[in-house]
Amino acid sequence: MEIEDGAAALEARDLMKVYRMGAVEVSALRGVDVDFYKAELVVLLGPSGSGKSTLLNILGGLDTPTSGQVRFGNHPLSFGSERALNQYRRNHVGFVFQFYNLIASLTARENVALVTEIARDPMPPADALALVGLSDRLDHFPAQLSGGEQQRVAIARAIAKRPDLLLCDEPTGALDSKTGILVLEAILRINRELGTTTALITHNAVIAEIANRVLYFADGRIVETRCNATQRAPGELSW
Amino acid sequence: MTSLDRKLLRQLWKMRFQLLAIALVIASGTALLVMSLTTIEALEETTAAYYERTRFADVFAHAKRVPEYRKREIGEIAGVRLVETRIDERAILNVAGYLEPVVARVISLPDNGPQLLNALVIRSGRLVDPTRGHEVVVSEPFAEAHRLKPGDSIEAILRGRKRTLEIVGTALSPEFVYAIAPGGLMPDDARFGILWMGRDALSAAFDLKASFNSVAVSLLPGADVSDTVRRLDNILAPYGGIGAYGREDQTSNWFLESEIAQQKNLSRVMPAIFLAVAAFLTNLVMARLVDTERREIGLLKALGYTNWTVGWHYFKLVLAIGTTGVVIGSLAGAWFGHWNTELYTKFYRFPFLLYRPGPVAFIVSATISLTAALAGSLTASYRAVRLPPAEAMRPPSPPSYRRLFTTRFAFSGPDEPTRMILRRITRWPGRALLTSFGLAMSAAVTIMALQWVDAIDTLAETVFERGQHQDATIAFDELHPLKAVRDFENLPGVLSVEPHRYLSARISRGHLTERQGIIGVPESAILSPVFDVSRGRLQIPAGGLVVSRKLAELLRIQIGDTVVVQLLEGHRASFSVRVVQLFETYIGKPAYMEMGALNRLAGDGRVASGLHIRMDAADRSGLLARLKGIPGIASIQFRQAAIDTFFDTMGETIFIFIGFFIAFSMTLSVGVAYNSIRIAISERAQEFATLRILGFTRWEISYILLGEVGLLTWLAIPLGAAIGLALAWWMTSAFETELYRVPLVLQNSTYGKAALIMLASVLVCAAVTRRRLDRLDLIAALKTRE
Repeated sequence: MEIEDGAAALEARDLMKVYRMGAVEVSALRGVDVDFYKAELVVLLGPSGSGKSTLLNILGGLDTPTSGQVRFGNHPLSFGSERALNQYRRNHVGFVFQFYNLIASLTARENVALVTEIARDPMPPADALALVGLSDRLDHFPAQLSGGEQQRVAIARAIAKRPDLLLCDEPTGALDSKTGILVLEAILRINRELGTTTALITHNAVIAEIANRVLYFADGRIVETRCNATQRAPGELSW
Repeated sequence: MTSLDRKLLRQLWKMRFQLLAIALVIASGTALLVMSLTTIEALEETTAAYYERTRFADVFAHAKRVPEYRKREIGEIAGVRLVETRIDERAILNVAGYLEPVVARVISLPDNGPQLLNALVIRSGRLVDPTRGHEVVVSEPFAEAHRLKPGDSIEAILRGRKRTLEIVGTALSPEFVYAIAPGGLMPDDARFGILWMGRDALSAAFDLKASFNSVAVSLLPGADVSDTVRRLDNILAPYGGIGAYGREDQTSNWFLESEIAQQKNLSRVMPAIFLAVAAFLTNLVMARLVDTERREIGLLKALGYTNWTVGWHYFKLVLAIGTTGVVIGSLAGAWFGHWNTELYTKFYRFPFLLYRPGPVAFIVSATISLTAALAGSLTASYRAVRLPPAEAMRPPSPPSYRRLFTTRFAFSGPDEPTRMILRRITRWPGRALLTSFGLAMSAAVTIMALQWVDAIDTLAETVFERGQHQDATIAFDELHPLKAVRDFENLPGVLSVEPHRYLSARISRGHLTERQGIIGVPESAILSPVFDVSRGRLQIPAGGLVVSRKLAELLRIQIGDTVVVQLLEGHRASFSVRVVQLFETYIGKPAYMEMGALNRLAGDGRVASGLHIRMDAADRSGLLARLKGIPGIASIQFRQAAIDTFFDTMGETIFIFIGFFIAFSMTLSVGVAYNSIRIAISERAQEFATLRILGFTRWEISYILLGEVGLLTWLAIPLGAAIGLALAWWMTSAFETELYRVPLVLQNSTYGKAALIMLASVLVCAAVTRRRLDRLDLIAALKTRE
């Protein structure tokens, strides 16, 4: 599935998500409409529980909405089919999580290989790791890597399959600012060099400066959308 | 190799001790199964081959004296293929350098041509030359017991006449795979031997010219054994026939078959116990693993791995544990099986041993063991499959502990750490119960194994010490008038003498019939009375039948019923008699009558067929020497010798088996305890680290960790005792035969020993695993998200 530049890579319409916790119903999303364009870098900002992660999980095919629709490159995502969602994740989506989620028993290279082994057109794990500046750490286990290095392995793992979408949930949340900047630089480089549509969740308003577009979340809705006239480089940021 | 497989391998390595503990439990189950199945296979195959090669007969019969020409009539019975007549007598042997008289069966070999049936397998030397009447072939075990070899000679008393016989060969016979003396219980190779002589010489010695007193018959395929038995009885009845019987009732074969049947029993229950525990352990470990790896499972799914790939990944882990267990178990089982079969050949004498286990035993064992392990992991693997990716990426919500009624009631007093222990147990009662159950199973297996010692002690004590008081029992070759008993009383060294009468008989009630001899004892018998295992010595009422519980069960009779007795000896009288008393005994299924009454019903005068003797220990050797020379004695049995062989035979085997079972039971308790503790550590590392930071000492957190398994171990003791009792009960009933009832006796010390063995293995696990708490990384534990 090829998506042209400037076209909407991903469209979400009227997404609702209700969690049932015992007798209580919690609305995590209350009707979200949003488009993501090819090669765009979008930052999602908002307090805890505002629905950012829920949206990202649904867009990535990890979770299903209570109602509403998601179209990926003009095809609706069939949330009813476990198999179809799996294929979608396998072929089109890369994830980066706050806590890296590396497999402790696999080396950096093997963690990346975990994905390249099942992807359709992956890059070699070493290339992916080179993209995030870890060429010299290929055979280290997660326990032997710093937090920033671990997160960069996670990014390499996410982009090694050349995904159409890169979804990052608080990728710098567990890192200090210096390391966080290295990670953001890696994400930005992927976004630019591979043209990967990227969505990035953060609590940190400063980080929004690197985005093309910023979505503000509150109480399960997008309350504001802002386009950055100029994207700042991560190196210029400090927090 | 894929990255997932690499992860699997590293996982296996990381958890190697835990997994090995489970694999060893699986291995124990597999080993027991392989051992039982291959032993059964080997015994059955060896027996079948031996019987076939030596043409073991299908029907046997004994009589007093049958003219040889009746042989033809026997051959004409429909279905009979071959008939071989022979002389089968008893003799007393005097073996140089051996104090006690030795009892022997003397059996004739055909004078012309080879044996048609029950052919001997010559082990050394050669068969006898029919023209040389002093030549004899002896049974190999007897020769070994006395170090006799071809060229040696022995002295035998054949019908009162002393003869010197030259041994020309040693042999084994399919009729004596399990060779026991008449009236004996266990093979006693030093005191019982079998001699084979030329027919001519033997018929001369026993005055049986042109006659026979024993016949063996083989049948055509499909022939009816019971019909042949009936017809044979009709032919032999006028000649003192004492009832023909089929192969299944042939003493040696009967023992062999019931041994195989017992092995089959054993093969059903024991492996089941181990495999059930193995299933529980794989469940425990896999459930925990899936919990710890929730995020990795979610991640794999987020990366696009399918549910089945993820499920299969965890399934493979169990497959690896199971396969390790099966491989270890199969190797050990094959070795145990070979050893076990060889152990059998000490008591069951085969000329060859076919231990060549086929693939079936291994395939069956492997399938059962793997199925058990995989079944145990099924729920955990399924959970991994079902876990939705988004759900898996969130940490599990903390377990909701509740203040249940019981916890409120019981936990008002104890301190916080104890409260933590109790709350955890009540939070996961199923897991706690299964842990206790696993440990209880280990104690139960030990109890069941140790029970044999208690049972055998009780059996021997009841039968040989409380039930009998004679030193020796003599059987005459002909009936002796009671007056003759006086002659024995007057022998130097004899303290007292008690006559008895034995008659072969068939006892029936309705359509049920049992071949069971009747023992006549004096009304006030003291040396060898009717003895009930719980009531002790019973006075025998004049004129009624006293029946053992086993025989009563087989014939479905109660006190007051009338049974029909058909005597198979002497005048072959038939009469009805009332059952006046029932009694319990551990050995055989005997029936007793007052001797005078039995003699009258048999149509004989005041006669005895044997004597019980008490002797003065000081004069023992002199008396033994005299007895060897007294004519008319067919056999002598010594009570002490019976006790000795009983313990020799049982002791050796039983202790080795007990050793095995204790080792197996320890793999159970170690498997359960080690895994429980390791899982508790991995689940609670963060909790323990927090407590350490709060100022708890290592010993205090050790208490929280080990207190739980300790409490479950204490619970396992009464549970294990109850299950052990049930298992022991099951074993004793499964092993009940017409010959033996193993009493269900469990000394308190047996429970104690089992509990101590279990406690010891749990303590070792605790000591080994507790050290991990010392290495707890406090900072790292707190940094981890979960």
